[in-house]
Amino acid sequence: MKARVHVMLKNGVLDPQGAAVRHALGAMGFDMVTGVRQGKVIDLDLAEGASEADVTEMCEKLLANTVIESYSVEIL
Amino acid sequence: MRAAVVVFPGSNCDRDLAVAFEAAGVEVTMVWHKETGLPDGIDIVAIPGGFSYGDYLRCGAIAAKSPICRAVADHAGRGGYVFGVCNGFQVLTETGLLPGALLRNAGLKYVCRTVGLKVQTTGSDFTSGYSAAEVINIPIAHHDGNYFAAPDVLAELRDQDRIAFTYTDNPNGSQDDIAGVLSQNRRVLGMMPHPERAADAGHGGTDGVALFRALSGALETV
Repeated sequence: MKARVHVMLKNGVLDPQGAAVRHALGAMGFDMVTGVRQGKVIDLDLAEGASEADVTEMCEKLLANTVIESYSVEIL
Repeated sequence: MRAAVVVFPGSNCDRDLAVAFEAAGVEVTMVWHKETGLPDGIDIVAIPGGFSYGDYLRCGAIAAKSPICRAVADHAGRGGYVFGVCNGFQVLTETGLLPGALLRNAGLKYVCRTVGLKVQTTGSDFTSGYSAAEVINIPIAHHDGNYFAAPDVLAELRDQDRIAFTYTDNPNGSQDDIAGVLSQNRRVLGMMPHPERAADAGHGGTDGVALFRALSGALETV
């Protein structure tokens, strides 16, 4: 079983890296980009018997800092 | 008075912190992160600056889950003193001992220079050696020092007089210019600036000395 975790900064939390990428894209002529948010993707290989609830617990305890980040879990 | 300085792989201010404590008359024991308990009789645990675990995942995130950090949380739970500097502050927010989080600097650059800090409260054993609203000069050296907390948390910090220091000229985008915050019982302090790097005339400044002396004096009576 594999799971994919997406971690993003919450809306309202400043993302200076995303802003820098947006500026660079604008400077390259990609004027259509009005916003960029940068996040992380974490792929997990899981032993048989693992559940989505286990992955959610991992997100809450380590993979995301819920003060500033939101996450979503995808079972692949 | 005894202090434990926690050492993680990637800590680089651990010995500076030990020297500053020793200069203030505190006996120091270095404690490796894989230890599951603190030595007996420890009054304060100090979490040093550096790049614990290479800042992997998030600054301080992996360190916060290390065996020693469970013992540090227990120590704080018993009313023990804890002091986190720079990466140590990041570790303390990741453990939940202090509120908020430290984001990438708003200017995206690593900032390494001496900054002005305003002492926002003298009502703690860390800051009682300063006078109210005194401005001190302390070095910073960080890439992720941009303090963030939800509006209700910021209001609580203000209402409870738990903002220890603010920047006189915000170098990193921190909300409300916050450079350091206290726990509710005022015995846990986390701050991004490095008072241990302003603790000897050879450092080019000694404004950090009063913090270690005040702490040493307070620990004597604990």
